[in-house]
Amino acid sequence: MTLSILHRITGLALSIGLLLFVYWLLAIAGGRESYERALVVFAHPITRIALVGFSFAFFYHLLNGVRHLVWDTGRGLERKEARLSGWITFLSSVVVTVLFWLVVASRIGEHVA
Amino acid sequence: MSLRSPLGRVLGLGTAKEGVEHWWKQRVSAVGLVLLTLWFVLSLLSMGPSHYDTIQSWLERPANAALLALLVITLTYHSQLGVQVVIEDYVSHKPMKVASLIANQFVHIVLAALGLFAVLRAVFGSVA
Repeated sequence: MTLSILHRITGLALSIGLLLFVYWLLAIAGGRESYERALVVFAHPITRIALVGFSFAFFYHLLNGVRHLVWDTGRGLERKEARLSGWITFLSSVVVTVLFWLVVASRIGEHVA
Repeated sequence: MSLRSPLGRVLGLGTAKEGVEHWWKQRVSAVGLVLLTLWFVLSLLSMGPSHYDTIQSWLERPANAALLALLVITLTYHSQLGVQVVIEDYVSHKPMKVASLIANQFVHIVLAALGLFAVLRAVFGSVA
């Protein structure tokens, strides 16, 4: 199973996500009203789905990036090790993404309640 | 019969001998991003719902504003290096490749400028 292409795909996705990040920063810089307008954009279902996608891309790229950095030191390159670390990376990024959104949901819940 | 000398035909066809530097910059920015993005994600989570006032008071702390500016720079830098590799690997049509590489640089520099401007303006407010 080859997941290496996923590193590039998630990387490219994050480069697109960078636009959303800069948009968020500009919305803050624009003052209260511009920020409220951006919140409407961020609350849109399409943006929400995109944000979940970007968050998975981020966690996968982060964890797999660390895996690459370990490889660069010459460790973990045996086929068996690489396959195992690949699975660990993929599954942990799914788990971390779910945990992340659970925390977000619970924090929003705290303030609504 | 071409006017180009055999030497002229092969010049520039090999490596530019800059691969190691690119590789190294990508790794260094990656290590920086591990730290910066973890800080950013934890900050977002601890802030709770992103109200305008919450973010403003978070940005009032100099360390947060400085790290956010650093995150903008490192993110755009790492992104530019990454997209560059993808273009070099997959765009085979040479004029297209050069045009994409230049566009990649421009877009990322613009994003970095906009991001930095936004952070500074959010922190210091508009002059007007």
